[in-house]
Amino acid sequence: MSFLPDRALDHLRNVTESPDFSATRYQVEEEIGRGGMGVVYRAWDAQLERRVALKVMDAGYVINQEAKLLAQLEHPGLAPVYDAGTLPDGRVYYAMRLIQGRRLDEFLRQEPRLPARLRLFEKICEAVAFAHNRGVIHCDLKPQNIMVGEFGEVFVVDWGVARAIDGAALPVAGTPQYMAPEQSSPGGHTLDARTDIFALGCILRDLMTGYSTTSPPRPLAAIARKASAPDPADRFGDVQQLAADVGRFLDGLPVIAYRDTLPERLARFWRRNQVLLLLLGTYLAVKLFLYFLAPAIRWKP
Amino acid sequence: MNKPLVGLVAGAVLGLIDGATAWFTPAVRSEMEGILMGSCVKGMLVGIICGSIARKVRSTAVGLAAGAGFGLLFAYLVALMPEPDGTHYYLQIMVPGFVLGGLIGFLTQRVGVAPAKA
Repeated sequence: MSFLPDRALDHLRNVTESPDFSATRYQVEEEIGRGGMGVVYRAWDAQLERRVALKVMDAGYVINQEAKLLAQLEHPGLAPVYDAGTLPDGRVYYAMRLIQGRRLDEFLRQEPRLPARLRLFEKICEAVAFAHNRGVIHCDLKPQNIMVGEFGEVFVVDWGVARAIDGAALPVAGTPQYMAPEQSSPGGHTLDARTDIFALGCILRDLMTGYSTTSPPRPLAAIARKASAPDPADRFGDVQQLAADVGRFLDGLPVIAYRDTLPERLARFWRRNQVLLLLLGTYLAVKLFLYFLAPAIRWKP
Repeated sequence: MNKPLVGLVAGAVLGLIDGATAWFTPAVRSEMEGILMGSCVKGMLVGIICGSIARKVRSTAVGLAAGAGFGLLFAYLVALMPEPDGTHYYLQIMVPGFVLGGLIGFLTQRVGVAPAKA
């Protein structure tokens, strides 16, 4: 039995859930995202007069997780943290750069060209490799956590379940579709860079197949398979190796993850040296033509 | 290796190979030394010019066109010189010279380092 209409109940729920930023310098404008760890708002920073993204963590989260990890990572592919604090209701929030762009999954629906998608993937790898280099693994990489800016710049966001690569054997949260087996096993296994490589392999698979009707090139499919191998030992050793293999594919070179057949090797050689081979072929043809016709073609004054 | 040097080396090697094919024409076999020398110098000149162009312009089409054009020009100058019996080998010299020039022009675009733009 309900004494209030649904609309009124929704309004009350919103009011009680809305964070109280009245004691801070931020004025919340609207909700722009919601995840497992909290809610993201677009807000106005009255002190510095700029728009920011405010992430309000669910109750129970402490400030030393995502914000502190992110604050250690200064990279063009990672949204910088400007500020962090605690709301009157005890929830933790932090302000970070407001990224103007689209989520990767939305971006891909409008970008059918595979090379453009793969160049984007290389940028994602760069940002993730940087975090790994600083001893941090993301643990929840998926297209929804990657933003693409207006000029093709890439931002890896939502580091809510990120952790330091410290060999801790604890199971962590993530998205099942992109979660490495060692991440979701009940006993918990040591997580390292290869956990993110698994997710990157799944993202690469999405780039190739998820939003396109054409079948993916076999070397690229092999790269995605190697990256998302169930056994971490079978994956790429680090993100740079994965990115390098994708780069080799883009450059028309053989990739580590796939052994070409002879016709494929010949086809690649032809594609890479088409002009040179045509010129050499023309030269030989001309020479043969002239050799057989030479006695007949002479100019005497 | 810088691009004019690439052109020089490529022109010399390809020029020598091109000159060596004259051996298959018995009428000029006695003049192989001069043909090899002339063909090598012709290739080197085309190579240096194409390499210099490649320093300024990064375009396979331009490289091909310049190489083929200068290859044809130099081959024409060589073909102008008659054999002792008065014969001119225009076609035998100019057509391969044209293709070889294109090849040299292509190589100078693909190989070697161009100076960085300021």
